[in-house]
Amino acid sequence: MRSIPACGVPNVVQPLLQVEDLRTYFSALHGIARAVDGVSFALEQGETLALVGESGCGKSMTALSILQLVPEPAGYIDGGRILFEGKDLLDLTWSQMRQVRGNDIAMIFQEPMTSLNGTRTIGWQLVEAMEVHGKASGNVAQQRALDLLARVRLEQPALVLRQYPHELSGGMRQRVLIAMALANEPKLLIADEPTTALDVTIQAQILDLMRDLQHELGMSILLITHDLGIVAKMARHVAVMYAGQIVEYAPTLQLFQQPCHPYTRGLFASLPSRHRRGVDLATLEGVIPQATHWPPACRFEPRCPSRWGTCRTITPRMLEQTPGRTVRCHLYDPTIADRPGLDTSWHHGQDSGKTVGQRPQTEANP
Amino acid sequence: MATLSLMLHNVLPLVIVTLVVWTVVRARQQPLWAEAYRRLARNPVAMMALGVICLYGVIAVLDSLQWSDTTTEEPKTVLDRLFVQVPQERTYSAPLAVMTTGEPQLHALQGWHLLGTDGNGKDVLYQALKGCRTAMIIGGFTSLLVTPLALFFGMSAGYFGKRVDDAVQYTYTVLSSIPDILLLIALLLVFGHGLDKLCYALGITSWVGLCRLVRGETLKHREREYVRAARALGVSPGRILARHILPNLLPLVIISITLGFSGLVLAESILSYLGIGVEAGTGSWGNMIDAARLELAREPVVWWNLIAASTALFLIVLAFNLFGDALRDALDPRLRST
Amino acid sequence: MLRYIIRRLLYAILILISVSLVTFVLFYASSSPHQIARRNLSAKNPTPQQIEEWLQQHGYDKPRWQQFKDHMSQLFLLRFGKSDANGEDIWERIGTGAPPSLLLATIAFFGALLVTISLALAIAYFRGTYIDGWGTFLCVLMMSIVYLVYIIAGQFLLGKLLKIFPLAGYHAGIQAWKFVMLPAVVSIVGGLGATVRLYRTFFLDEINQDYVRTARAKGVSEWAILFRHVLKNAAIPILTTTAAAIPTLFLGSLLGESFFNIPGLGSYLRDAIDSQDFAVVRAMVFLGAITTIIGYLLTDISYTLVDPRVRLE
Repeated sequence: MRSIPACGVPNVVQPLLQVEDLRTYFSALHGIARAVDGVSFALEQGETLALVGESGCGKSMTALSILQLVPEPAGYIDGGRILFEGKDLLDLTWSQMRQVRGNDIAMIFQEPMTSLNGTRTIGWQLVEAMEVHGKASGNVAQQRALDLLARVRLEQPALVLRQYPHELSGGMRQRVLIAMALANEPKLLIADEPTTALDVTIQAQILDLMRDLQHELGMSILLITHDLGIVAKMARHVAVMYAGQIVEYAPTLQLFQQPCHPYTRGLFASLPSRHRRGVDLATLEGVIPQATHWPPACRFEPRCPSRWGTCRTITPRMLEQTPGRTVRCHLYDPTIADRPGLDTSWHHGQDSGKTVGQRPQTEANP
Repeated sequence: MATLSLMLHNVLPLVIVTLVVWTVVRARQQPLWAEAYRRLARNPVAMMALGVICLYGVIAVLDSLQWSDTTTEEPKTVLDRLFVQVPQERTYSAPLAVMTTGEPQLHALQGWHLLGTDGNGKDVLYQALKGCRTAMIIGGFTSLLVTPLALFFGMSAGYFGKRVDDAVQYTYTVLSSIPDILLLIALLLVFGHGLDKLCYALGITSWVGLCRLVRGETLKHREREYVRAARALGVSPGRILARHILPNLLPLVIISITLGFSGLVLAESILSYLGIGVEAGTGSWGNMIDAARLELAREPVVWWNLIAASTALFLIVLAFNLFGDALRDALDPRLRST
Repeated sequence: MLRYIIRRLLYAILILISVSLVTFVLFYASSSPHQIARRNLSAKNPTPQQIEEWLQQHGYDKPRWQQFKDHMSQLFLLRFGKSDANGEDIWERIGTGAPPSLLLATIAFFGALLVTISLALAIAYFRGTYIDGWGTFLCVLMMSIVYLVYIIAGQFLLGKLLKIFPLAGYHAGIQAWKFVMLPAVVSIVGGLGATVRLYRTFFLDEINQDYVRTARAKGVSEWAILFRHVLKNAAIPILTTTAAAIPTLFLGSLLGESFFNIPGLGSYLRDAIDSQDFAVVRAMVFLGAITTIIGYLLTDISYTLVDPRVRLE
């Protein structure tokens, strides 16, 4: 975990976003669903952090919690701190939080098809983003909207301004949503699976666009995704989430070269590879348990191929392995007495510690 | 003829009650309905509403069971016999009063009236209770007429499509083009007074709503995989409709009937108020309100007649509305646990 | 758009033909031609010959389908004939009765729209709180009270006790609105319960949509979300429900007008019921069908104005 105190220490940059022990719960019929259960991470200025995991691991809810957009009345933030530029967002009043949304922190969502108001023109919705925060209005806002659309590489931006969402394709709508998010030049962009609903070719374009805009604006991106390919392309650091908790955190290159946590290794092993032909695709056995009934100790234990007795009784701690890398697993906890040797032969006699073939193109390895 | 009427009044209510109880008991065995029943049982408002409905039902049955003491006399119902002790006065009297009111010279009352008496001296509570049977019959019998009609045409239109659909849609577009009240008035002017005729008229105006609903749902279900599979296997349309689609329509139909019940009861009171509803002799809250409406202008103000009729009407309508809402929530698949 | 309208109008004519068939059948079911003849002949006991003459004069001896053709063409030309009860021209009476009804209904309609949408928006804003719970329960209570009680109580409270409005009656001209206020207020309050509850559902359906989440993420306030986003999207279902109220704009409120002595089409119809005047009822039925059809057509056209996604084919 990287919590670097900023005060009194020169040359140390305070992280833009620092989440500490965030807990977001839902009251469900059969108890409390602990969707986000003690999540901590930090994001530097100008950097991209990817939050990876299966559906149901709590990554989307973490993102929504930062902007306090958790669906009410069932959902609520139980505790923790969300420090943005040093200030705890959870201490802000409702109207103060409104000033942050769409202004300092912006968010784009997964479904471009339904995320725009179908009865208002694109121009109207873009101008609203600016007017709400008093950044511009009238003709100035119109001009800025035009510039934004051009910036997200939409052809015929003047035409798009006057159009309605249903007249645009999915990729175009996502560009509009990105433009809307960037209207007030936010410091942090939260992107919740921005390309999942799009065609693969469009996906690449949108991701390139996001990366370029990030470099232009110096903005940070918190990227929520389940796609490791996107992670490789976009993120400098990765946090892997499972069952409401972060189980591994590392710079992308290191994670790809040597995943530590059995869950992470399972994710990588399940990627289809052209080098493993004629063999069944590897899968992680079992399913993610229900958020109302997390396993008592290690939450991955029921599905873990490396499990042993202690995993069911003692909760694993999040420990720093090497500087900048943390793992939540007994296998890497030197204080656990009876841990077996690291499992290096996991699937099909493959060397699990290294990726086979070419090294992926990552942020740290252009 | 007298024996047929007697049989109708005595046997039919008991048959209906038995059928209702049997259906509820059988339905609880099915998972969908058992789950709904559990949810309803945990809802205090719904249970109270159901209690009120049952209470009105009991009063209606009591007002139906009848027999004559002698061969020449009119048959008296159980309700009549309960109130036989309560005498008829000269004119108005306030609830629990001892003297009449509204006349230049007041007279002592002969009996005890919980809710007072009306202009003819009849006990107001008795009249209010008499209205229960009318309300239950209006709601129940009309629903009985409407449901098979709406199901038949709705399912045919939704399932067979094309010409059948066009014909059914044309029919109910014609009917729904005429504003309901107007059609009711026209029908009732032709049919005349009477509880049964009122049911027929209300049936003709209300089947369209349910039919539209059934048609929409049938269309939706026709494209589902399980229906497609049945068709591929060569199952006959009738069987598909009866065995596969109909059970899925039942929750919606039940909800629609329950919520529509209150509308029918309200309609009856308004039509009786207008004078084209039930006959003057039959108990009806609409008739009571009609008689009571001018009483507010009297000195002293005679309010108990209006309040009694309105409250009796209000309670049953509210009960059906609340219970219908609770039933709809209980049967909503989105709220089901798994 | 024009082709759509023409197609709808052609279909409307088909519908109206069947409506006139319905009135034809009902007309014959209500009374036989002999009874009508007897009623119209001034003599106390008309001879069979007089009856035959009258029947011939009025075309009741022609074959049924011929009669129906005549009946239908009369209706389509809006020649409603004379009242059964007092012999006055129906169309004329409709002409004099329409303005008061229109005045009352327009005030009530727009007043109701304003009040119900505002209340529903307010309840939607406070969703999940006790305001929402109690507000919805109050709506259910109010929709369970029969309209008659609203009229009677309204007149008693506002007219007699508080003396805000005149009790009843009507004077045409500038002063007309005063007499129409009490019935309008009663009409608005009486229709509140069911409508507010329904509109609340529409608004809550929209509030859970993705575009609202986007707006919130932009920092738009809850009020602005309701007014500038939700309302426009809920406009279509709202318009659909108001379509049903359009016929009353022309036909007036049956109960309200007769109770408050407003000489509109509603009380005209009420008198017709009391005197079993089927000729008037038939005319109103046909008129009602025309206004309903036009109402639905106008509503469908208005969809295109509020929601750019709607295309009428």
